[in-house]
Amino acid sequence: MPAVQETVDQVRSLDVDQYKYGFVTDIESEKAPKGLSEDTVRYISAKKNEPEWMLEWRLDAYRRWLTMEEPTWARVSYPKIDFQDYYYYAQPKKRPQSLDEIDPEILATYDKLGIPLREREALLGIENPSRPIAVDAVFDSVSVATTFKAELAKQGVIFCSISEAIREHPELVKQYLGSVVPVSDNFYATLNTAVFSDGSFVYIPKGVRCPMELSTYFRINERNTGQFERTLIIADEGAYVSYLEGCTAPQRDENQLHAAVVELVALKDAEIKYSTVQNWYPGDKDGKGGIYNFVTKRGDCRGDNSKISWTQVETGSAITWKYPSCILRGDNSQGEFYSIAISNGFQQVDSGTKMIHLGKNTSSRIISKGIAAGRSENTYRGQVTAHRRATNSRNFTNCDSLLIGDKCGAHTVPYIEAKNSSAVFEHEATTSKISEDQLFYCLQRGLSPEEAVALIVNGFVKDVLQQLPMEFAVEAQKLISVSLEGSVG
Amino acid sequence: MALLEINNLHASIEDKEILKGLSLSVNAGEVHAIMGPNGSGKSTLSYVLSGKPDYEVTEGTATLDGVDLLELEADARAAAGLFLAFQYPVEVPGVATMTFLRTALNAQRRARGEDELSTPDFLRIVKEKAAHLGISQDMLRRGVNVGFSGGEKKRNEILQMALLEPKVAILDETDSGLDIDALKIVSEGVNSLRSKDRAMVVITHYQRLLDHIVPDFVHVMHKGRIVRSGGKELALELEASGYAAYGQDAA
Amino acid sequence: MNVVTQIRTAAEQALGIAVEQRTAAAEAGRIGELRRAAATAFAANGLPHRRVEEWKYTDLRALQREAAPLAGTPDAAAVAAASADVMSIEGAPRILFVNGTLVGSASDLALGAGITVEPLDAALRGPLADRVGALAPQRYDGPLALNTVFLGSGLVVRVAAGAKIETPLHIANVFTGAAASTYGRVVLVVEEGAEVTLVESFQGPDGVAYQTNSALELFVGDEAHADYIRVQEEGDAALHLATLMTEIGRNAQLHTFSFTSGAKASRISLYGRFGGQHSQAGLNGVNLLKNKQHADVTLLLDHAVPHCESRELFKSVLADESHGVFQGKIVVHPDAQKTDGRMMSRALLLGETAEMDNKPELEIFADDVQCGHGATVGDLDETLLFYLKARGIPQKEAEALLVQAFVGEALELLENETLREFLIARAAAWLVRRAG
Repeated sequence: MPAVQETVDQVRSLDVDQYKYGFVTDIESEKAPKGLSEDTVRYISAKKNEPEWMLEWRLDAYRRWLTMEEPTWARVSYPKIDFQDYYYYAQPKKRPQSLDEIDPEILATYDKLGIPLREREALLGIENPSRPIAVDAVFDSVSVATTFKAELAKQGVIFCSISEAIREHPELVKQYLGSVVPVSDNFYATLNTAVFSDGSFVYIPKGVRCPMELSTYFRINERNTGQFERTLIIADEGAYVSYLEGCTAPQRDENQLHAAVVELVALKDAEIKYSTVQNWYPGDKDGKGGIYNFVTKRGDCRGDNSKISWTQVETGSAITWKYPSCILRGDNSQGEFYSIAISNGFQQVDSGTKMIHLGKNTSSRIISKGIAAGRSENTYRGQVTAHRRATNSRNFTNCDSLLIGDKCGAHTVPYIEAKNSSAVFEHEATTSKISEDQLFYCLQRGLSPEEAVALIVNGFVKDVLQQLPMEFAVEAQKLISVSLEGSVG
Repeated sequence: MALLEINNLHASIEDKEILKGLSLSVNAGEVHAIMGPNGSGKSTLSYVLSGKPDYEVTEGTATLDGVDLLELEADARAAAGLFLAFQYPVEVPGVATMTFLRTALNAQRRARGEDELSTPDFLRIVKEKAAHLGISQDMLRRGVNVGFSGGEKKRNEILQMALLEPKVAILDETDSGLDIDALKIVSEGVNSLRSKDRAMVVITHYQRLLDHIVPDFVHVMHKGRIVRSGGKELALELEASGYAAYGQDAA
Repeated sequence: MNVVTQIRTAAEQALGIAVEQRTAAAEAGRIGELRRAAATAFAANGLPHRRVEEWKYTDLRALQREAAPLAGTPDAAAVAAASADVMSIEGAPRILFVNGTLVGSASDLALGAGITVEPLDAALRGPLADRVGALAPQRYDGPLALNTVFLGSGLVVRVAAGAKIETPLHIANVFTGAAASTYGRVVLVVEEGAEVTLVESFQGPDGVAYQTNSALELFVGDEAHADYIRVQEEGDAALHLATLMTEIGRNAQLHTFSFTSGAKASRISLYGRFGGQHSQAGLNGVNLLKNKQHADVTLLLDHAVPHCESRELFKSVLADESHGVFQGKIVVHPDAQKTDGRMMSRALLLGETAEMDNKPELEIFADDVQCGHGATVGDLDETLLFYLKARGIPQKEAEALLVQAFVGEALELLENETLREFLIARAAAWLVRRAG
């Protein structure tokens, strides 16, 4: 069919160079010496005025990391990473004391990204002022500013950088940090534990429904700086929080390493909703450059009747290695994973989730939509396990893949393990191409090929988009179109 | 003692009490209708009597011909002579209707110490009874209720009743989802099974069914108990006045 | 990069010695080469274990604690005992192997026009010799390596071009006597336009820890139609390892059915490859497990060419503490457009501590495809059970009816009525044994 050829041509003419956020902010920054050693770890810890116990924790992780090997099971390939060739810490030299003192360059950067950093702008930028977003913006390694802090404090909500939390709320940090992702969980998480630079900390007290969506925006700017955020969110009994994470990085030729760890703890009757839009630089049309994104995200439904819901829209990075998971420990707890993963150009995505059913009457739901275009590889990798004592566990999994063009690959690797007879698991997966009939129908009604594909793809991912908070859904929808630009006829 | 004797029956599901001290006596040869508004516990009564899991009897007794029903597993209740025509008969894919009927009939005969029917005898009986109810051979070959229309499912229930020859049959909303022609076929099937040795309990929301299956007694159920009893004229009265009177505690 | 110190289990050490002994003498020809290559591969890799992805759920190092000695030639008494117990299929000529040795006197070797059988050792000197080992997968497969090293007994079956063989051929493998290991291989060559049905059965005594290692190489020629049914009813202490390899030609059809109710632990590795366009494959099976039985079905289906269709349906019934594994991978190569693949694994957990592990995979490099897989795990539907019980059917009988209906969906896929009824009866017998 002609449309097939057209699609192929479009894929060939793929132009991923037009990365919208590929600009570099020119500000001076302070870096740790290049490379990784105990000294680097001590340098980072000292820079952040950390207490001794935190330094010891980092050093312990570093020593364990030295004995570990890079995992190779994921379907991603890249040249061997020289971990000594990175800077592990960078911070803007001018440290702001208040929003007014923030480097105008940074503010301008955020403006380009459309992040409403200043409170006034934040309010103006949101359709519904009664649901403002508090933004904790991470600029490279230091949390530059936290907005709405005072208002959140009234409710007893703690929303600050993890560095600040280590200093100001050591008891909470000691109790929960590393309790979901242990020090030696995996190669990248251990590395993160040793050198994490900054990240967000959220604590929602008992019975509090967080009055606003919390948001953080990551941005990798400095050349060859690995970015190692560490995020910890705790919802105490009966609490609720919705957290939004967005990422953009300027265009760089070198591959940039990113290894974040996110830990969520939901106590009895608590609920955490964590949404991510990731559109880091994916590399150019020849597969040069782009972010290496090795992320460990895990939620622990620690209390009965707790719920953790992950929603992700992954459109960026050269390599994505990411499995936001739920440990369903409490009885009647629920885990959810909604994912859209789009790969184009030479991107490689290996992403999915783990749902570990430990408690009684636990349920999980997985909806994954993978879209592969260009020469990309897109893998869903998931695990659903019901342990011996997890009676009446329920899982429903649906993972669909869509292929655009004949040079890409879409793969599905689910592990479904039931060790309890009362488990009821249903898993279904499909892989197909964009229907030529649907395309033709749209074209016949006057849509351009690009609009038609965007329309069809948006329909394909609708179930997941609906899970995103309104503010993100709109951005995500735009990103999907942008990500697939030029990939189709 | 009556054939079916229910005394002060209390039952709950998931700790919610639905039957709250229901008593009813049904003698052989009689047809009783139980009417009542939605949520009054009519279907619960049929499930509790037939032994559906998840329903817990907290108090009271129910006997069939002197046999304590509540002590028995569902299959033993059936063997004791209790039959429930389901409001929503389930589909059992992969189990041919014919196999199902024979397995059920022989299991009950065995439980009662009778000989199993020979295959030719069984086939002859089924064919004869199925023909009366307009059930085709094709339907008998298919999985139980699989791909059957609403009317076909109900007819299949009556066929099972005809075959299993229970002492007490409970018909749970047998008229629901039936058009008038299907209702006639089903009612004729039921009426042909009326006998001096058999009792029937017809559960229905509407009087319509009782034009076709004329009861000897009518009971009104409300909030888990029988709140009124009378002859067949009571059904007509309800038809005229509705259940409005039972919408409130004042009733 | 990964320098892993090989820790050899006792069984691996014993097997290693046996492998060395078997390949010590210089052996000429193709079979010598195959044997030596397999021996080298085994020496390097040993028995597969749980760190090997394909064996994640079936740790052969743990399951095969001992290397049973190679079975000797059975004596007359053994043959008599085996002949008495062997299963038979109505109307099907039967070839009998006892402890891995072909018993010519108890076999139907003259099969009529269009189909010839030849003992493997003889065939290795004939024109079909190069077919042996031709379908071996690229990656290391431990049991297949051992099968190749100890290759000796077996059968080469050739169905001549255009021959339509109406009656199924039955190759019966019976084990008898004290614990030992057998290595058997069948090569089935279905030439262009030919049709044939092959049944392989495996039986043995309970309580004897014997080991069966069986391999099949199945060549489905262009326009050919092959059916392969395997009935595995080994004794309850046996270890059964099977490797099925097949290549399907153009416009061809292959149907396989695997019925497993025997052995303490079993593993079937199925490697299928479409080599010609417009072909169809249906790979189906039923596993009926109880006590602490373990059964693993792992299949890899390569859609190497366009316009092929594959269907897989596996049903597992897991009673008591049994453990079922299904791993299925459909690979669609870059040029294999218009591939249509559907895979389904359904498991019914009857035992409270029964376990099912499903890993259905899709690996797709072509865009114009329709592929899907599904996996379900659950216990018997309470609503259905109640309906049956409300009709007077006791619990056990109601369960049996529902289980039979559950596996029936797969068994109904068997086109040959005799074989379908044969397996339905074996499933029913299993249910009776379980209830009793």
